[in-house]
Order: sequence, then C-alpha cells, then structure tokens
Amino acid sequence: MKKLELSPHFTEEAIEIEAGKRKKYWSLEKVSEERWIELSKEIASGKWTLFGLWGSPQKVNMVLLDESQSKLQVIELETPLGKFPSVAIEVPSAARLERTIHDLFGLIPEGSFDNRPWLDHGKWQLRFPLGNILPPDEQKPYPFFLSEGENLHQIPVGPVHAGIIEPGHFRFTMGGEIVVRMEERLGYTHKGIEKLFFEASIERGAEIAARISGDATVAYSYAYALAVEEAMGITPSPRAVWLRALMAEMERMANHFGDIGAICNDAAFPRILSRCAVLREKILRFSKDFFGHRLMMGSIVPGGLKVDLSKEGKENLYRLLEEINEELCSIKYFYDSKNSLQDRTVGTGVLNARSAKLFGAGGFIGRASGRNFDARKCFAYPPYDKLSFESPLLEAGDVNARVWIRILEIEQSSFLIEQILNNLPSGSTLSVIKESKVCGQGLAVVESFRGDILLWIEIEKGKISRCHPRDPSWFQWPLLEKVIVGAVVADFPLCNKSFNCSYSGHDL
Amino acid sequence: MKSYFLKNIWPRMLTEKIATEKESELIKLSEALQGVCRKKLGRSLAIREVDAGSCNGCELEIHALNNPFYDIERFGIRFVASPRHADLLLVTGPVTKNMSEALKRTYDCTPIPKWVVAVGDCAAGCGVFRQSYAVMSGGVSDVVPVDLWIYGCPPSPIDLLRGLILLMEQ
Ligand code: SF4
Repeated sequence: MKKLELSPHFTEEAIEIEAGKRKKYWSLEKVSEERWIELSKEIASGKWTLFGLWGSPQKVNMVLLDESQSKLQVIELETPLGKFPSVAIEVPSAARLERTIHDLFGLIPEGSFDNRPWLDHGKWQLRFPLGNILPPDEQKPYPFFLSEGENLHQIPVGPVHAGIIEPGHFRFTMGGEIVVRMEERLGYTHKGIEKLFFEASIERGAEIAARISGDATVAYSYAYALAVEEAMGITPSPRAVWLRALMAEMERMANHFGDIGAICNDAAFPRILSRCAVLREKILRFSKDFFGHRLMMGSIVPGGLKVDLSKEGKENLYRLLEEINEELCSIKYFYDSKNSLQDRTVGTGVLNARSAKLFGAGGFIGRASGRNFDARKCFAYPPYDKLSFESPLLEAGDVNARVWIRILEIEQSSFLIEQILNNLPSGSTLSVIKESKVCGQGLAVVESFRGDILLWIEIEKGKISRCHPRDPSWFQWPLLEKVIVGAVVADFPLCNKSFNCSYSGHDL
Repeated sequence: MKSYFLKNIWPRMLTEKIATEKESELIKLSEALQGVCRKKLGRSLAIREVDAGSCNGCELEIHALNNPFYDIERFGIRFVASPRHADLLLVTGPVTKNMSEALKRTYDCTPIPKWVVAVGDCAAGCGVFRQSYAVMSGGVSDVVPVDLWIYGCPPSPIDLLRGLILLMEQ
C-alpha cells in the first residue's frame, strides 16, 4: 500500500498563517429573465452543472458549477410576479427542486412539464408555508405517472419500509419479474427545516443544521459553520480547521463501513456486515470517549469547535487507524474472493457516465460512474489544500464500483486522518470573536460521505434570514429510478443500499 | 489465506472484558434483559421500527443494537419486517404530518397486545423541530399511545437496552 506524504509546499508556518482563510470560490450575479433562460440553456449544453436551485419569498436562486475553473456562480432572479422561467424544461435535475419551490413559496415555474406537488402531501393544513400562506386545498390523490399495458402489475412499497430505514414510497410497475418503471415519492420526512431557520439565532441554527441528516451531521455542521463564518467575517481557530476535517473523515469512514456491510448483507453475505459493524462501532465509541458524542453531533460550531482532541485521544486514534487499515485488507480480500457476492454486485444497477454527469451526481455515485468531482479537491477548502490525497474514480457504475469507491475512500480517509494528526496545530479550538458583521451572505460546499453538500445562508441583524441546505441526494434520487429499470425487483435493495440517499436531508 | 484460517480457528472475542464502567454496565444490562425476556416472552420479542420523520440519527443507533457488541438477537429480541408480526413498535422522529397517517395505520396493523416505545428527543416532544408547521405538536403520543419514552439525541444503544428492560419489567 502506498503511503502518502504531505504536499511539498506544506510548511509549519503555512498552517499558522493560512489556516482558516478560505478562498472565496463563488460570485453573485443578479440577472434578468432573459439571462436566466439563457443560462438554463447553457446548463443543458454542458457548460455548467446545476448545483442548486432554491426559492425565497421574493426571488429564486440558482447555483451553477464550472468544474474546469472550480468556480460557482450564484444566480439571482427577482420574482415580483410570483413566477420564474422553468429551468427543468432544459435541465431534468431541476424538476423536483422547482416543484419544491412551488410547494414552499408558491412561486410558479413557468413552462414546467411537471406541476405535481412534491413535498406537500396536503397534510400541513396550509399551503406555501414560506411564502404567502394560503388555506389548504382539497386533498387529491397523488397522480403517479401512468404505466399501463397488458400483463403489467404494480408493487407499492412504503412509506414504512421493511428494514430499519427512513420512510419514502416507491411505486414499481412490473412486467413479470422485470421492473418496467419505478417512481419515487418522497417528502414523508419533511419537518419544515427551512422555515425553522428563519429568524433563528446563529446558535439555534447550528442545532438545526446538525440534525438535517443524522448520518452526515458533521458535514452539515461543518458546512453551516463555514457559511456563517464567511457571512459574518469570522476566522476559526487553526486547530479547529484541522480537527473539523478529522471529524469529517471519521464520519466518512464510519458511514462507509456501515454501507459496505449493509450492501454485502443484502447480497446475503452477513459476515462482512459484522466485521464492518465492529469497526463502525469502534469509531463511534472513540467519538463518544474523546468528542463526547457518538455521532459527533453539534461539535462543530461557527468560530471553531466545542470539543478538543486530547493527547490520549490522539494516541488512541493512531491505534484505531492501524486496526482499521489491517481489517480493511481482509475485508477487501473477502469481498473480492467470494463469487456469490460478486455475482450479485457486478453488473447490477449500472449508472452510465452520461446520466451521472447530466444530473451532477456527487459522491461515490458520481465517482463510480466516471464523474470526477470531489468538493475537497475542487474547492480545496482548508485544510484539504495542505493535505495530499486521491479521489478514487471508477467507470463501471455498478453496485460493485460503488462498493469499491467506498473501500478506497476509507483508505484515503485513514491517510488523511494520519496526516492531520501528524500536523495538528496547537492552541484553542474556539476562536475568540472580537468583531463580526451582523449582515452578510455566505456559501459553503463540503464533501460529506454521500457527496457535496451546499449550504447558503443570509444573515440580517445577527439573525438568519434565509438558510438553504442542499443535500447531495437531490441529484442522486432520480438516478435510482433509472438504474433499476430492466432489473429484477430483488436487485432493488442492493441498488438502493449502494446509493444510500438521504430521505431526511432531501425532504428537509 | 493461511492467516485468515488461523484467525478463524482462534477467533478474537469481540465482547470485551469488563474493563470500563461502560462495559460492565453493558454486561449487567444484558443479563437483566435476558432474565426478563425469558420470563415474560419465552425468548421472543418482535420489534417493528417506524421512522416517523427522524433525522436518521436514531436509526443509526437502533441499527447498532444488531452489531456484534450489543447483538440484541441473543436475547430473542429481533426486528421484523411487518407490523403484523410485531409486539412492539419502536417509533423515532417528531412525527411529521406527512407520516402521521402511516404511523397510525402501522399501529392499527399491529396485533394486540402491543407496546409503543418512543425513541429520541424528537419522538418525545419534537426536539429541535418543535413548533414547525410540518410536525405534530407533541411527538409520537399525539398519534398513538406511548408506553415508554427513551430520551437522547440520539439515545445510545445502552440507553435503548435499558429502556427495553424497563418496559418489560413493568
Ligand atoms: S432525537 Fe436527535 S437523533 Fe433522533 S431523530 Fe431527533 S434529532 Fe435525530
């Protein structure tokens, strides 16, 4: 196994001076409707990748990613008439985001081909909770896409699923044993998070952000802290900058172990599940012992960290890493040498590179299908600019590739943690905030275990006036519908597990 | 390859020695649970987990109950796929309005006698999501009768074990 060294330009002083100073990688552009339409066309032509789309009471925002330049363009369009030109006519990944904008704000995407509600199931006793609130409409059944034909039958699944997982509904149309169409219906876990952010204090915002998606709690708190710091002009302490990345990598490892185990278990190979579950539990116990919470929930706050890593913790973590590296070798060997397992995972649930690119699928889903995007590389937010690591990339796009990306990422995370431990700056983990702005806008992108999280925040008079977290799942869920077509229904759990999209992060 | 076989012949035990307080607590708890389970249920308690809009943090910890450290199945407690097979519903989340009907229906499908355990601060009173337009105002007990609340955000597997014993001792 190759051992990674720190990048050559790394020196001790470099940490002291540069840590925490995040380069601004986005710019805001206010546009007219014509330019908005033009930009939608440019996304469709492949010049940009759609990276986010959200509403506010009087405007809509869209974020465009230019991968070659590592730049984000935040587009803003005023909506005095309560409508905006639909982006989804050009860009399919915008469809659900637009339906959400309508459900929450009442803004109408003009020209859109799909006007069905998305998060609003008609149960809130009101409409447009974040816009001009209206009394509820009469409740109508949700119109699923029609799929009719001789010998077709349907299997409705959920919202209460058979395993210990989150709620959502899947409607399968079957031709015999083969899936002809699968349609998702989500929104069951909608908790009104965006409204809770409204007028919340910065501290309360941090509490909410940590609970957007429990498995990515570190990544969300991380993104929230970065965005708030940018908006308010706060510099986090150097030690915190490094420890945040350490926590994020630990979360990534813990979740990847959980996923690898669960996928193998769904392929009827529970042995790997138990081994992965043991490692996951060890990481969680370490977090409890040294960061005070098994999932490290709420540890990262604007300005730094609420916790610190003790000397003893550092030593224990070295030992844990050693154990993980050793175990990982045998898990790899196991995974690779069992034909019955490979038989289920190789060639199952293939996502082609074109779709991954079109939807801008992030994380292991994109990287297993040849989309080389990793927010840690692309935006190189500190301390990742000082760390050397690789972002594994595969082309096959099947369940097997997604398992392998996870395995390789665990390896990289382990290297990363080692580098961080070796170079951890000293000092306190919470910077003293001498002065800060009370108004501002901030944007942060953080690579969670699942992919890129985008978090946008607007602060007015020290309170949050708008906060929009965009989970990577938004661009991954629609692809799950695609990969299952033509497969047998028994492959669905495997595909679903290998995608492992968040329900809570998506439904908000 | 050879080392793999050797490892399997002399496996390392995962259930550790009673070193820390926490570990001894786990063993004490497991003994208690075993006793109670045998007496009351003759080695079988079937749990159906229902996520009523959690952040999925609680699910992660419920999952952990199945890992080799806690291995809840050794007490005859197991998670089943349908409420029709269940004795107990383990409900997480603040109960979003979009999930309330599904929760109610799941409850109605569960044969009597049945228990409901509300897991996590959310389930107890909506936690940080309190007062949102999209969640029930009082958590799980707004929708179905609750027998026991297990607090925590999320409660650790030990807390969950402790809660289950409490319920069965009643
Ligand atoms: S109690 Fe905490 S961990 Fe559990 S669902 Fe609620 S916020 Fe998530």
